[in-house]
Amino acid sequence: MRSLTIDHVAGLFFTAFSLFVLWESRKIPFGFLAEPGPGVMPTLLASTLLVCSIALILGGRSGKRAAAVQWTEWWHALVILGTCAFMALALERLGYRLTIFIALLTLVSVLERKGWIAGLLFAGCFSAGTYFLFNALLNVPLPLGPLGL
Amino acid sequence: MGDVLQNLAIGFSTALSPDVLVYAFAGCIVGTLVGVLPGVGPLAGISLLLPVTFGLNPTSAIVLLAGIYYGAMYGGSTTSILMRIPGEAASVMTCIDGYAMTQKGRSGPALAIAAVGSFVAGTLSIVALMLLAPPLAEFALRFGPPEHFAMLTLGLLVLAYMSGGPITRSLTMAAFGLLLGMVGMDTMTGLFRFEYGFSELGDGIGIVPVAVGLFGISEILLSAGRAAKVEIRAPRLRELLPNREEWRRSAAPIGRGTVLGFLIGIIPGPGHIISSFVSYSVERRLAKNPERFGQGAIEGVAGPESANNSATSGALVPMLALGLPSGAVPAIMLAAMMIHGIAPGPLLIQDQPALFWGVIASMYVGNAVLLILNLPMVGLFVNVLRVPYSYLYPSLLAFATLGVYAVNNSVVDVWIMAGAGVVGYLLRKLDYEIAPIILGLVLAPMLELNFRQSLAISAGDYSIFFTRPIAAGMLLVALALLLLGVRSIFTRSGDPRGYMGLEIPGGPENR
Repeated sequence: MRSLTIDHVAGLFFTAFSLFVLWESRKIPFGFLAEPGPGVMPTLLASTLLVCSIALILGGRSGKRAAAVQWTEWWHALVILGTCAFMALALERLGYRLTIFIALLTLVSVLERKGWIAGLLFAGCFSAGTYFLFNALLNVPLPLGPLGL
Repeated sequence: MGDVLQNLAIGFSTALSPDVLVYAFAGCIVGTLVGVLPGVGPLAGISLLLPVTFGLNPTSAIVLLAGIYYGAMYGGSTTSILMRIPGEAASVMTCIDGYAMTQKGRSGPALAIAAVGSFVAGTLSIVALMLLAPPLAEFALRFGPPEHFAMLTLGLLVLAYMSGGPITRSLTMAAFGLLLGMVGMDTMTGLFRFEYGFSELGDGIGIVPVAVGLFGISEILLSAGRAAKVEIRAPRLRELLPNREEWRRSAAPIGRGTVLGFLIGIIPGPGHIISSFVSYSVERRLAKNPERFGQGAIEGVAGPESANNSATSGALVPMLALGLPSGAVPAIMLAAMMIHGIAPGPLLIQDQPALFWGVIASMYVGNAVLLILNLPMVGLFVNVLRVPYSYLYPSLLAFATLGVYAVNNSVVDVWIMAGAGVVGYLLRKLDYEIAPIILGLVLAPMLELNFRQSLAISAGDYSIFFTRPIAAGMLLVALALLLLGVRSIFTRSGDPRGYMGLEIPGGPENR
């Protein structure tokens, strides 16, 4: 694992991905080469991706080592991704304003430790302000949650 | 020429209408802010703000996005000159001599020359865009499906070749993007592919969530936890004026930067970045005293800043004339046009004259607005950097989520955005160029449709791609690029991109 280069890692991932697509493409009618069906292009492209991925693995021996990649921001990145997932889950259940309020409060007050008052003020103003901007001014309907929030 | 002037008059009547003018103005300001903020390049900026355009009419939407695009080029120079922080990748070269000038107390003239150079280059390149795009579109009307297929293939290969790093990496990214574009309903048979029971995927994977995720969210993830404080000292208004010698030294580099930038901008690839590198190396080679470069040579500011602005107009030529985006930013603008129900392609100029000429005229207006706005307000713009990042990125994240959701009122799109964010983050950690993914995603349906239509025309005979001269010519060039790219992997010293100064140092950050 220590000696894998970044091209090896990417190549292995895309090899697996292209093989998965090739496997899944079996279910789509291929047609004939002279009269291609909907399965031809995915098969051709997945094969191209497979060739490129193998070329990456074979040609990537001298590149940057994967172990040398720094992940100093991983914890922040993970919490931000978690917040993204929360927003996707909550947006239509809790409504726009409540979801964004909770998400911003978490990021500012918990992750960034800016204090609860700053977080509450920021999250409240942002969620209410953007809701007004989009809903009232730009006529973009945004989901409402319980109690019309 | 009479026709051009007449059409331009129509364009100005559109561009000077109050609502379009407001969006041109807003685009320029937002673009400048996007350019000033390190990390939020034009690509992330346009991706994040794309959803704002949904409620607008198509002309206002494109005018706003174009304003952000060239506004970012103006804004990027400010932090490069004052703080040695490139606001976006195209301003990296400006850091060298721009910051050296700041250290010598000449930041004002450096900012002024960057703004004037950007204005001159922006304005002249729009003239070139205006003269070149209509005849190119007229020529492209002769294209049938085989020519379109060949053009799209060539476009992807040129982008892969011009992107930094080995061609296998860029081709992998392009193929990945093309595969993502295969999700959804097959346009010729109506069959659903890879939709796994999600009705939202029936129309395919949306360009907006992928673009926002790949460029916007990945940027937020990469820069998470950053807490740098910046020292800012903006020059006063009266300190901005360059002296006679500085004007004299800057004139020719601005001219050369304009021509170089426009020509490089037309070619698929990160033209605005490449052009600034090429312009800098050209100016250094042509200089009588090249040792001045790096010590505060104003030519090193004038050339690259003109080139990157000119390249933005160049990049719009194939997008507006052929419907072929030459990079990720035009690809997102093309997506915006499609969202508004406008079919991109050679017929655009004929079918939507108000849009085409309105965008052209608004670019003249925008460039003037930027010149007037940027210099007096430079102190105000750099203050954006004082906004703590711990408040900035949550706002960007919430805004991205809101925008992506608003496209189709679909949380599936928010999940796609998050997924694309992870993919973009990991790939950028591994130094991979992600622009080909979005280009592949945009072009995939067109590529497939033209491929299958070509074979339908020829009754399954593949020689149709090689017997029609235009298609054959383009495919031959594509093949030559592929072979050159593959060869350069084995013989790095023989890479023609290296001779041209096209290998981009510093990796793919901020593109």
